[in-house]
Amino acid sequence: MVAQEVEKEPEETVQPKTDFGPPHYEIMMHPIIKKNYGKWKYHEAVRPGVIKRVAESGDVLYVVRFGSPRLLSIYTIRDICDIADKYSDGYLRFTSRHNVEFFLTDPDKIEPLIQEVQEKLGFPCGGTRDTTNARYCLSNIIHTQGWVHCHTPATDASGIVKSVMDELYDYFVDYKLPAQCRISLACCANMCGAVHASDISMVGVHRKVPKIDDDAVRRTCEIPSTVAACPTGALKPDMKRKTVVLDKDKCMYCGNCYTMCPGMPIFDPENDGVAILVAGKVSDARYPPQLSKVVVPWLPNNPPRWPEVVQTVKKILETWATHAEKYERIAEWIHRIGWEKFFELTGLDFTEKLIDDYRRTPYIYASYRTSAAFRW
Amino acid sequence: MPVVDGVELPETPLLDELEKGPWPSFVKEIKRAAIEQEKAMKAGKKIKLPGSAKGLLKVLELAYKEKRTHWKHGGIVSVIGYGGGVIGRYCDLEDKVPEVWHFHTIRVNMPAGWFYTTKALRALCDAWEKWGSGLTNFHGSTGDIILLGTRTEHLQPMANALAYLDKFYGSPAPFDIGGSGSDLRTPSCCMGPSLCEFACYDTLKACYEFTMRYQNELHRPMWPYKFKIKCAGCPNDCIASKARADFAIIGTWKDEIQIDQEAVREYAKVIDIEEHVVKKCPTKAISWDGKELKIDNKNCIRCMHCINVMPKALKPGKERGATILIGGKAPFVDGAIIGWVAVPFIPENELIEKCCEILEAIWEWWDEEGKFRERVGELIWRKGMDEFLKVIGQKADVRMVYAPRNNPFIFWRELNP
Repeated sequence: MVAQEVEKEPEETVQPKTDFGPPHYEIMMHPIIKKNYGKWKYHEAVRPGVIKRVAESGDVLYVVRFGSPRLLSIYTIRDICDIADKYSDGYLRFTSRHNVEFFLTDPDKIEPLIQEVQEKLGFPCGGTRDTTNARYCLSNIIHTQGWVHCHTPATDASGIVKSVMDELYDYFVDYKLPAQCRISLACCANMCGAVHASDISMVGVHRKVPKIDDDAVRRTCEIPSTVAACPTGALKPDMKRKTVVLDKDKCMYCGNCYTMCPGMPIFDPENDGVAILVAGKVSDARYPPQLSKVVVPWLPNNPPRWPEVVQTVKKILETWATHAEKYERIAEWIHRIGWEKFFELTGLDFTEKLIDDYRRTPYIYASYRTSAAFRW
Repeated sequence: MPVVDGVELPETPLLDELEKGPWPSFVKEIKRAAIEQEKAMKAGKKIKLPGSAKGLLKVLELAYKEKRTHWKHGGIVSVIGYGGGVIGRYCDLEDKVPEVWHFHTIRVNMPAGWFYTTKALRALCDAWEKWGSGLTNFHGSTGDIILLGTRTEHLQPMANALAYLDKFYGSPAPFDIGGSGSDLRTPSCCMGPSLCEFACYDTLKACYEFTMRYQNELHRPMWPYKFKIKCAGCPNDCIASKARADFAIIGTWKDEIQIDQEAVREYAKVIDIEEHVVKKCPTKAISWDGKELKIDNKNCIRCMHCINVMPKALKPGKERGATILIGGKAPFVDGAIIGWVAVPFIPENELIEKCCEILEAIWEWWDEEGKFRERVGELIWRKGMDEFLKVIGQKADVRMVYAPRNNPFIFWRELNP
């Protein structure tokens, strides 16, 4: 008997193509957007999650925003498409913070859309701001993969984000904040999510030195690049034994060596956890961009709902929202009241762990202008 | 074992906790993929990787129980003609959960501004239902569409499915793979002129042009480390390019803010202009007498606050262009960096060409001088702004710093050849 040849799929027999690039954005655009491209006159907030955009031509478009969990099954995306076909002429957009937006021309369809999305997808409408009146929704949290798909995380991402957003849900769907607040999460210091300039950020951290498995280092690692990955000079090559040695006193547990070398795992279920940073921003508005500052050095990994992390983030957010003036983001609020007052009001502990001793960042950087705000 | 719609799901008591609460649940998404993909297969659809979402549930539940990840460092996987864009991911529970032993990621280059037609999205879904886990991220941190989890042997067919997504799946256009590793990462941009009146240059066009011009750099990692370009239409920087891009292009203007006094008076009926606008101006460049808003444009630093508050009344000036900030990145290795001024202003009509000229000069220098895994910002710190400015052909400008140096230890190399 001759084995029956498996029928090939068309994708298995075509000639591979390369370097043709992404679809041109114009073919993905709603006709009203295409027509008024570069000719928008102004916008105004209609309600939380809905922005009215008015063009010079007189055309009006209502952009309706919904928060998503970022991790989407294709079956949910098909539902999103059904809704876009029904309400938004078959067009939609995602934002840089994992929200999905639909485009309406008829304001009477806004409420039915919100209702249908809530029923079919469970996605909340919100996440926008009314800058004119200094009323802000909390924006969606940007985050990384965590235990869902990453090989070097110190914590999960999606689970913490879900837990925090459950707790802060009312802030997303309503104007309850005096200024913009961007929360973000990175599951390790590698920070795929670049959370280092956010109003509040959560970062997965390790606290124990990597465990060097000499045999695995020999089998799987390139020693010079592993040694070079250490920012504090804690790793030295041991050429005789073809491995690396670690000076425990110099290690700051950043995990960069493990990124380079699977032979030195650093994860530790009981000692890994989450650091909380605040007071970062990227916009030039009013006050220059700022790097986030660590205010809680470590909280435990406590799945499935990380109550310590959730409550700390909530405490910071609500203390700020209660005390800040209009338009004052966390960085600006602390700049006005002082860090001593920040720790007093939030009840967070200031300890020696919060005084910087990472000496790699050069002093010169402080004088470089990290902003596009200057005079001509 | 719980059974939903005739599909058996693993016991996941910890993850089930994350189905509760008002915020949309990623656990529901994974379960949904597990259930619907199996149903689709039973209904006769071609599904190459059944059970992988179910496998993910098992692995994730164990991660939640043990408080650690079960994913391993990636091996080398790729598709023909590409060096990046596909990330190898293996599970350390090969024997226990073989369904996700391979669970590789494909990064797909999104359209500029993240605009889609439902036809394109449905085509992506159909292809990924057949060749992968049916799980995605919209979007990953750099901006790509993330296709989450497939086996090595399905990578090439899936890449082909994307490349012929128009022919095989009815998409309006095919989709190409994004960047990963030490290459140009997929450039991204804010919605810019497509929807926003603040855009000081065409961010989508710039993003698209860079992406198309640098396909080779995007698809074949050959540099010391990654390099990110992000295009923000104004200093509000909604896409956080200042902190996240090695090369951030921030739209701005040089002349006077455009004022519609009538519209200002309309705003005065609903908001306190003194409190919301005048007092919040960082350089005290605005005055308001109840009839007319005056801006001392020589003293304005274009921070956007007043324009943000009164978008009907105020607009960026007419002499538009962009500021280039260089070096933004996350902490590894020398610390987190917000990019700093490399070029104070490039006029809009010269922007794309000038950026390409500068980018190519930077890449050549960095390729030559950069150490393994040294981002361009760190290289500049090591070699000095003096050398960097020569590389990009810029003269020093006081706008590049907050203040001059506070020490007299200066390299006088021209006197000490």
